[in-house]
Amino acid sequence: MLVSESWLREFVKPDIDRETLLHQLTMAGLEVDGTEPAAAGFSNVVVGEVVGLSQHPDADRLRVCEVSVGEPDLLQIVCGAPNVESGMKVPTACVGAVLPGNFKIKSAKLRGVQSSGMLCSQKELGLAESSEGLMSLPANAVPGTNIREYLELDDEIIEVDLTPNRADCLSMEGIAREVAVINQVEWHPAETKASVVEHDRQLPLYIHSPEACPRYLGRLITGIDPAAETPIWMQERLRRSGFRSLGPLVDVTNYVLMEMGQPLHAFDADKIDHGIVVRFAKQGEKILLLNDEEVDLAVDSLVIADESRALALAGIMGGRESAVCDETSNIFLECAFFSPTVIMGKARQYGLHTDSSHRFERGVDPELQMRAIERASGLIVSIAGGQCGPVTESSNDTHIPNRPVIRLRPSRVEKILGVSIDRSVMNSILERLGMSVSVRDEETWEVQAPSFRFDIAIEADLIEEIGRVIGYDNIPLNDISMHSVLAKSPEARVPSDLLKESLVGRGYREVITYSFVDPDRLKKVDPGNEPIALENPISSDLAVMRTSLWCGLLETAERNLNRQQSRIRIFESGLKFLKTADGIEQKKYLAGLVLGTVSDDQWGEKAQSVDFFDAKGDVEALLQLTGFRFQFVAKQHPALHPGQTAEVLGIDGGHVGWIGVLHPELERQLGFNSHVVLYELDEAILCKGSIPEFNPISKFPHVRRDLAVTIGDGIPSASIVEAMRQEGKGFVTDVRIFDVYRGPGVESGRKSVAISLVFQDSFRTLQDSEIDSLVSRILKKLETKFDAKLRD
Amino acid sequence: MTASLDEILVSAAQKLAEAANLKELDNVRVQYLGKKGVFTDRMKGLGDLAPEQRPVAGQQINDAKKRFQSLLNDRREEFQNAELEARLAAETIDVTLPGRGQNNGSLHPVTLTLARIRYIFASAGFEAVEGPEIEDDYHNFEALNIPENHPARAMHDTFYFDPHTLLRTHTSPVQIRVMESSTPPLRIIAPGRVYRCDSDLTHTPMFHQVEGFLVDQNVSFADLKGVLFQFLTSFFEKEMAVRFRPSYFPFTEPSAEVDIECVMCSGVGCRVCSHTGWLEVLGCGMIHPEVFQSVNIDDDRYSGFAFGMGVERLAMLRYGINDLRLFFENDLKFLQQFG
Repeated sequence: MLVSESWLREFVKPDIDRETLLHQLTMAGLEVDGTEPAAAGFSNVVVGEVVGLSQHPDADRLRVCEVSVGEPDLLQIVCGAPNVESGMKVPTACVGAVLPGNFKIKSAKLRGVQSSGMLCSQKELGLAESSEGLMSLPANAVPGTNIREYLELDDEIIEVDLTPNRADCLSMEGIAREVAVINQVEWHPAETKASVVEHDRQLPLYIHSPEACPRYLGRLITGIDPAAETPIWMQERLRRSGFRSLGPLVDVTNYVLMEMGQPLHAFDADKIDHGIVVRFAKQGEKILLLNDEEVDLAVDSLVIADESRALALAGIMGGRESAVCDETSNIFLECAFFSPTVIMGKARQYGLHTDSSHRFERGVDPELQMRAIERASGLIVSIAGGQCGPVTESSNDTHIPNRPVIRLRPSRVEKILGVSIDRSVMNSILERLGMSVSVRDEETWEVQAPSFRFDIAIEADLIEEIGRVIGYDNIPLNDISMHSVLAKSPEARVPSDLLKESLVGRGYREVITYSFVDPDRLKKVDPGNEPIALENPISSDLAVMRTSLWCGLLETAERNLNRQQSRIRIFESGLKFLKTADGIEQKKYLAGLVLGTVSDDQWGEKAQSVDFFDAKGDVEALLQLTGFRFQFVAKQHPALHPGQTAEVLGIDGGHVGWIGVLHPELERQLGFNSHVVLYELDEAILCKGSIPEFNPISKFPHVRRDLAVTIGDGIPSASIVEAMRQEGKGFVTDVRIFDVYRGPGVESGRKSVAISLVFQDSFRTLQDSEIDSLVSRILKKLETKFDAKLRD
Repeated sequence: MTASLDEILVSAAQKLAEAANLKELDNVRVQYLGKKGVFTDRMKGLGDLAPEQRPVAGQQINDAKKRFQSLLNDRREEFQNAELEARLAAETIDVTLPGRGQNNGSLHPVTLTLARIRYIFASAGFEAVEGPEIEDDYHNFEALNIPENHPARAMHDTFYFDPHTLLRTHTSPVQIRVMESSTPPLRIIAPGRVYRCDSDLTHTPMFHQVEGFLVDQNVSFADLKGVLFQFLTSFFEKEMAVRFRPSYFPFTEPSAEVDIECVMCSGVGCRVCSHTGWLEVLGCGMIHPEVFQSVNIDDDRYSGFAFGMGVERLAMLRYGINDLRLFFENDLKFLQQFG
């Protein structure tokens, strides 16, 4: 909300400077977002009176004015404004004046006629975005008066960011009330007198839904001067509050809204068919709103109607057809209390947000309506004339919200705030806030909030009020006590951080990408899973939840390639989202991508491009952290190269993840020009570790035997290693493949695999002859199982 | 007349000196000490002497042999030293060339910041808990005292899947999930991704928060102030002005926003703090009775506080990052600055 400081200080006059005022507001929970001068800087502009007017001899559009600025000598000023007329009072920039934008006024000849100054519009003074002509000042303005003083322009506009609970502060009076409480001074609400009733015409009121509209006040004002203009002072205050001036009738309703926080609406009385009906909208009913939008009304929308049609969307916006216009001379002024629950969310439903709906949905003081309608009537009559009829009121007390009586335990206040507070201080704070306090006993007070405090309903609300007024600064900083048990420390768990750190040690950079991705890209990467779609995505390329982390990694890789990177090693840890039979599965995965060379360019070494096994080494390092064994099984994945893909499985065969080279077709489609290796692992499995178990170390020497066998090309190396382990159980402590060869010397369709075997016994030195026989046993096994032949 | 031992030694010394390398030196050794060598011959010649002369003569030959051996050793050592010198010279490398192997990568600055936050709170017994990112309306709003049509909902810009399923807009639902399934005392922090349907210079549709809460008997606002003050001091590694400003969250009461003295200008006022000298870094408050009620915790017996912070915001202030969007562009040139 925009608050004019000088207007505020009319209601409350604490002896504090601006800076203190701003600090107080912020520290009371009415956060000051910023301030801005009410007018741009300008100087040497005074009230001028046009006393003589003649046509410029050489220019049709220019007139030569004689202007009095309160001194004996008149100024001759050439003016091009169409609305200049004799006798008019107008802001006059004298020679030497500097206008906003550092525009200096000098004496000059305009088409041969001397001009010593300038008559100004609101725009030229920085008081409006645009103007249609000169700014016309009231007839009683005294020539020579400095305009800044005359319009009280040395004012600051304070932008207050109100939280949704403080509806009571959505007005000048509300803010003034807070300032008074903080400073312990008096404040004075706007003076309101009952208008003189000059006729007895009324419109009948039919409130069909009193629970939605517990109070409705209306009044006919007739004989208004349609030509009346809003006085400058009101225009200025509205401008400083962020309102455009739209003629006296609308201006007055906005003014009272700003002043008291009560939205009002003026209907053109001649456009109302008989009476006012407050009801919910009918099926299929439409209304053309003031913003010229026609909306289809929902049946849970409250409308103000006449006998034949809806006139306004209650509490939100008026209708175009019944709106006041330049010819309006009879109005029906509405001032109501609508129940917040009826207005809440409705404006948003129609894509609207108005000053009125903002207040009604947060809660307008239900006791304010009579004061507000009298205030508005008085202002209208004083500005535009007219005769007031009686106020017609329809109130239903059973639906007017009553502030509950709250039990307050002073000891609870101290316990929650953590500070001891004198009971009399507590009492005084509550009373200054307009609460009624009755002390039942030492420990039980009964407190009732005033009608404008919709946010005060339970004890905690009162505790907050007391804390807020005391000042959070005056609550001490406590050290919390540590009467807790020592934390559990499960060792058989691999922390996510350790997984990440170990990838960092292997040259990876961690990335964080959006959890929602481009559906087209995702379809390429993971065509098998139907993703979960957002109802309201922020853009079409962030429309579905990822079912694979590769989407984000691939996009990150592309972006970096476009930024001249050629070697990329990245990983991400995060959830992926899958539709399952019984809902949604959200599982954490750790995924990696590598492309480019194995290591950074290294002197003395030939650059080598990464392949499957570089990434596999990284995956194995991660798996190793768990202390469990895993298997890699050749499998097909739609996004990966059919011959360079493995599914990672637990030793029990359970799925752990995937690793493989991006499918060449996808590589082409996504615009990569080198191999991309990808992997993705279930992080929950990686985090399941084991506690190391000690095995005695053999004191006897080990013996290594290297042998090479040829086997069918398609036989996985892992299976012969596993067979050798099995066969040599008890003696073979390590089996390692150190070469794989295809080509001359090896039959086509077969490969030669060179393996080293390490033998060792825990209790004695193995004899050569024993090892020989073990080796032949192992070879025999390989021969029968895999048709393996020993190479000579 | 055969040469005297002295003469032999003189000539041997000369030959040793003339040997140009270890091989030639070995030839000299063989010439004197080999099976047919000069000294061997002499020893063989002892048999021609009278038995009483033999010990003396033998002794003399042995002494001469020893002297030769010593000369030989000296000369050999000379060669070995020279050879070692030459090898060392040949093997000298440029130690300023870079080492081999993978360079370290780096953690994302959000992860670094989260780790710091977790570490600091862990020291006071706060346990880290994670929750689902696709949430239901109940945990994200209802249970946190934000009923349908509450004005606070409009501020949340929620991503929906259907009217009851959404992307969590804050980490506060973890508070509900933990309180539903465990009993006080509770000291929990809940880090994670959150989502709001908003994207501009200062908003990304996804960001990170850490929710924290403590529920126990006799927990007060003063405790909350103490914990957060200590956290901020520890996080920024300096004592600075911290202020608690009344605010409003539906799930806490009293509520506060926490400002720190601007870390860029030390509170003087600059662009980063919009010339206020203050930076808002946290939201917090005492857990609202309605929230306790929705998880069946007796609010007469227990009280608690909760707080929430934006991780990117803290990372930006800590590392001087000036553009929120950098976090999710994942430019390697950005990422490599954090490792």
